[in-house]
Amino acid sequence: MTDAIDTLADSQTAAVAPTAAPPVRPFYWSVRRELWEHHSLYIAPLIAGGVVFFGYLIGLTGLPMRARAVTEMNGTVHAAVLDQPYNIAAIAIMVTAFIVAIFYCLGALHNERRDRSILFWKSLPVSDLTTVAAKAAIPLVVLPAIAFAAIFAVQLCMLLLGTGALAAHGMDATALWAKEASPQGWWVLLWGLATLSVWFAPLYAWLILVSGWARKAPFLWAVLAPLGLSLAERITLGTSHLSSLLGSRLTGGFSQAFAQGGDPLNGLPRPDPAAFVSAPAVWIGVIVAAAFLAAAVWLRRRREPV
Amino acid sequence: MACIEARGLRKTFGSTVALAGVDLNVEEGRILGLIGPNGAGKSTALGAILGLIPYHGDLKVLGRDPWTARDTLMRDVCFIADVAVLPRWMRVSQALDYVAGVHPRFDRVKAERFLARTAIKHSSRVRELSKGMVTQLHLALIMAIDAKLLVLDEPTLGLDILYRKQFYDSLLNDYFDSGRTIVVTTHQVEEVQHILTDLAFIDRGRIVLSSTMEDLESRYAELMVGPDRVVEARTLGPIHERQVFGRSILLFDGVGRDRLSPLGEVRTPSIADLFVAVIGDSGPQTTRAAA
Repeated sequence: MTDAIDTLADSQTAAVAPTAAPPVRPFYWSVRRELWEHHSLYIAPLIAGGVVFFGYLIGLTGLPMRARAVTEMNGTVHAAVLDQPYNIAAIAIMVTAFIVAIFYCLGALHNERRDRSILFWKSLPVSDLTTVAAKAAIPLVVLPAIAFAAIFAVQLCMLLLGTGALAAHGMDATALWAKEASPQGWWVLLWGLATLSVWFAPLYAWLILVSGWARKAPFLWAVLAPLGLSLAERITLGTSHLSSLLGSRLTGGFSQAFAQGGDPLNGLPRPDPAAFVSAPAVWIGVIVAAAFLAAAVWLRRRREPV
Repeated sequence: MACIEARGLRKTFGSTVALAGVDLNVEEGRILGLIGPNGAGKSTALGAILGLIPYHGDLKVLGRDPWTARDTLMRDVCFIADVAVLPRWMRVSQALDYVAGVHPRFDRVKAERFLARTAIKHSSRVRELSKGMVTQLHLALIMAIDAKLLVLDEPTLGLDILYRKQFYDSLLNDYFDSGRTIVVTTHQVEEVQHILTDLAFIDRGRIVLSSTMEDLESRYAELMVGPDRVVEARTLGPIHERQVFGRSILLFDGVGRDRLSPLGEVRTPSIADLFVAVIGDSGPQTTRAAA
């Protein structure tokens, strides 16, 4: 999408000024400016990783003892004790990135109207489509990439330190490296982040749309509108289709992306691309997200500073 | 080629009529002052010209429809709304990077050269700059863009007199040339009077006066007359009259200076006086009197 939009802009530039037009990359710079404005996008996941890493440092003294216990018992239940900090790091960073994404989306089209800077952005040759696409790319692409890099870095530091701690006690560290640091482990993480991003796309798009629509308190509108509709359905029809739909959207991402049961060899979740790509719920979500974003583009063209 | 062509431009917000059929023609290379009281429709007209709001009627800016082609139009149009629109979190260097990254006609060297003459540091954030410096920064960005039309909506609002003077001096000396067009709205009419080539008064959504400055000078004349000859002067049909230090100042539309000069001192009215005469008396006061 990045290339498509930039190529489109470039070709238009070429048509207007065929000679020596400097290359402009509206989409790229629109994403850059989001990162300038919102430091929390990369600082928050790093802090979360740092906190978990600090906890790991404290717990490092007990590692050789736990490793010895696992070696003696040779059981999967005990192996989980070794994994725990790695999983905690990954989950902490992913949850942080998710929260950051939600708050980012709620301000995406609202802050620029509140501080009137929308008049400056609109005085430049950047289309509303490019702007909304850049803002949507933050939770959909940029934050998952940041989360992956942060998890990768923190887990690698943990592994190196853990290996050192074991070696100091004359122990073999292959048990540590076998699972998390394997290519399969990174693939599971990458697949999980990518599918979660696709699965949550309608949620992010909804928040961006509300942030472009609400004159005040986008958070309240974003939460109370679906809540109110669910309640109204419950009262008038006595059913709860909407609330179960919303609930499955919030919680169902993992079961769409991974096969039931872990890998029999090492207990890692098993990515199931075929099931994910053929799941109607995934595609419905993508279509709904695209519709919400199209509405957000439409709104940004018309909305004035609040 | 006409830079701006508006025919029957209309815009309503609910039951409020902001533009009630504006006809406006601005040729290339002109500096137009769009002057009007609060709520006259100035900002709405500029919003339509800049593609910020939808409208009814015909409007072409540089041959394009601003509403459907805002992003391409903005390659040739620059816009300063007022001092508050630069994002406060942005650093000066980031503003330069961003505009250079998205605008094909931005000359970074030129912007840097302009900034070097100010006290603005590249590492500063907009929120750390004074109001005057923010305007200087915005002007530096705008003047480094090779645009055909520059729209200024109250550009010097809230600035002290030194910054205001410097703002218009820079605009005239470093920016304006025959290939460019400038449209400016301001309440400080006396400051722009000497730089304008064209003048339009807008009131209650309509253009009530549109003229070049040369035509204005030959059409309107102000006569300062003592009490002894004021009755005689009134027979010539002034459109406005006011008293200053016991003498009367009468404003005439289309009365030859040769007929006025025997009665007293004749001069060209200021835009502010003309504004009061044309809008002040035909405007809200009349409505109130009639009601």
